[in-house]
Amino acid sequence: MSAVKEMPVQQTSERSEGDSMLRTRLLQGLTVITMLAVLFGAYVALFVVGTDATQGEVQRIFYFHVSAFAAAFIGFSVGVVGGALYLWKRHEKWDALALAGIEVGFTLSLINLITGMIWARPIWNTWWTWDPRLTSAAIMCLTYAAYLMLRNGIENRELRRRFASIYGILAMSTVIFTLIIIRIRPDTIHPVVIEPQIATQGAATDAEGSFTMSVTISQTLGINSFIWSVFLPLTLIWWRVRLQNAAEHVEQLKAKLLEQ
Amino acid sequence: MSETRPIIEVVDLVKAFGVMPVLRKFNLSVQRGQFVALLGPNGSGKSTLLRLLAGLSKPTAGHIRIGGWELPREAAAVRGQIGMVSHKPLLYDNLTAQENLLFFARLYNMPKSEQKMRIQEQLKRVGLDRRADDLVRTFSRGMLQRLTIARALLHQPHVLLLDEPYTGLDQDAGGVLDELLIEAHQSGHTLVMATHQLERAAQLAQRAVILSRGKLVLDIITESLSGHELAVCYSEATGAQTAS
Amino acid sequence: MNKTPFWRTTWAIMSKDLRAELRSRELVGAMLLFTLLAIMIFSFALELDRLTREEVVSGVLWVTVVFASILGLNRSMAMEREQGNMDAMLLAPIDRSAIFAGKMAGNFIFTLVVGVLLLPLTTVLYNVPVARPMLALVLLLGIWGFSTVGTLLAAMTVQTRARETLLPIVMLPVVLPLLLAAVRASNGIIADAPSEQWQAWPQVLLVIDVIYLVMCLLMFPFVVEE
Repeated sequence: MSAVKEMPVQQTSERSEGDSMLRTRLLQGLTVITMLAVLFGAYVALFVVGTDATQGEVQRIFYFHVSAFAAAFIGFSVGVVGGALYLWKRHEKWDALALAGIEVGFTLSLINLITGMIWARPIWNTWWTWDPRLTSAAIMCLTYAAYLMLRNGIENRELRRRFASIYGILAMSTVIFTLIIIRIRPDTIHPVVIEPQIATQGAATDAEGSFTMSVTISQTLGINSFIWSVFLPLTLIWWRVRLQNAAEHVEQLKAKLLEQ
Repeated sequence: MSETRPIIEVVDLVKAFGVMPVLRKFNLSVQRGQFVALLGPNGSGKSTLLRLLAGLSKPTAGHIRIGGWELPREAAAVRGQIGMVSHKPLLYDNLTAQENLLFFARLYNMPKSEQKMRIQEQLKRVGLDRRADDLVRTFSRGMLQRLTIARALLHQPHVLLLDEPYTGLDQDAGGVLDELLIEAHQSGHTLVMATHQLERAAQLAQRAVILSRGKLVLDIITESLSGHELAVCYSEATGAQTAS
Repeated sequence: MNKTPFWRTTWAIMSKDLRAELRSRELVGAMLLFTLLAIMIFSFALELDRLTREEVVSGVLWVTVVFASILGLNRSMAMEREQGNMDAMLLAPIDRSAIFAGKMAGNFIFTLVVGVLLLPLTTVLYNVPVARPMLALVLLLGIWGFSTVGTLLAAMTVQTRARETLLPIVMLPVVLPLLLAAVRASNGIIADAPSEQWQAWPQVLLVIDVIYLVMCLLMFPFVVEE
């Protein structure tokens, strides 16, 4: 997490050629590591871990489904941190970070939704159902779509950054809501996968399609969640911030050109 | 606050929206009681400067001091000393003239005992005392602008900022506004007015400050200048064709 | 010159809004008419029979209230922006968050009036007894939350290109937690369930209300400054 926060500081500051080269190399290295790690996680999930007794092969999608949500959560949290820092410090790099976090989070939450639907088709016999958890997850995605729309609707760049920061912070409430709805709406059929040892045994086994995790299944889930929520957001956000900085630089050059 | 110190001091003021600078290293000082006209083509930064002086906008760099208080750090202290009139009326349609003024009197924390009297006094000053209980939405453009002046002077500010106050006024209403501004000036207010009307600027103001692309290009005393002479200076300074 | 005290400012702004509304009745009138139309349309669009009516009535009630509040919020903020009145308030020596408190209080009262009138109306039209004191309390808590988030978001959306269209899009997802708690509580009350079964929901509502209020009070100054 801390690496995610610090990274753009180095990104936007004026820097020497060599420094910039080093950073590019670092990012390229990180990208390779991330890709290998994701592939490794996928390998473990698809070939190493045993097949679930009740659900069969399709259960394997869970490793990606849960990991994507964890990663999206990290992305949205970066959105909150970046937004708050922008409101406080008023440096545009913080808004670039928040935007990167939210875009990455948005993409990953879409992956989360789609993998969930693929899983639901054979297990629940439908692509989609208006279950509270599913609905709130879908609305969470829509909230961030609204975030992007709000950004688009504001011409003034300073105003856009300020409003986006505020909305990015407010939007987190739907993420938290999606996380806790499984606890407060007992009628959800969504299985509780990550569950602290609270007495929800009943709810978990009652729900359709839930499963008790063997050690290897939970280990696989742990490995994948870790890779997805640490390496993936870090790399993607870094790339996105770079892109934003480049776009910003182009704008500045354009403005300079207009001056003359 | 010493009397000799300028009431408005602007030092190296920079304001940029995004990467586009609107004001670049702008300097200005205005003495207490002066009537200054801000001139310049559209987009030269007049409105931006007025918004900065009013504390509605924060400078990117540089300093603004009003009555010795630093903006935006001591904005709360500055706000009570400033009145602003823009081309928008800043009034509520569904309230009467009196209710509008009462609302602003409350926002400026005017003591209850004074409110009625001051409102009456202002309405009389702008010649609207007979229309005090009429809804603002029934007012003509000229009456609206008079009420706007009453609103801006209600809390007895030292400085009155005017942003294109003549927009949308016909000849008569413009004449009434002229008189009100002259009166405000004579009663000791400092006036800074952005306008496109060079003739009026020459007639009313003591000093003209001409902006072009965010910089001060000319600062002259207008008391001995005719409108035509000012127009010549203006086109020379801004490099534009004479504004007709 | 000192700042005008917070409560005086809040009071001045709220009473200004109430006075203008008492005179024109534009806002509450439009909101009331909308709610009336909405519950009628729901009734025949869903072809409700007696049993389903009882089940869906709280959902219908809340959806109607949310949309009515959006209607009011848009109008209330447009009023401040159109004539540049927000600037006039910002010129005054007042706390920015007091502007929020004043506008929010006004919106809260307008929506509450509409909501409270909606209860007997629904009772008559749906033939389900929803006019109960406990439900009015839940209504109050829910509307408080909508007005809080809505006032902040409306102050932002009036400054965008899309203006009125954007408010429901940005507001509905954020009020979802409030909506869920409010509907659950109302369902329990309408079904005459024992209070242990639903009394947690008004408490949840209150907690979310307080969290949102604090967040919005803190963030509003960022919305209006330049």
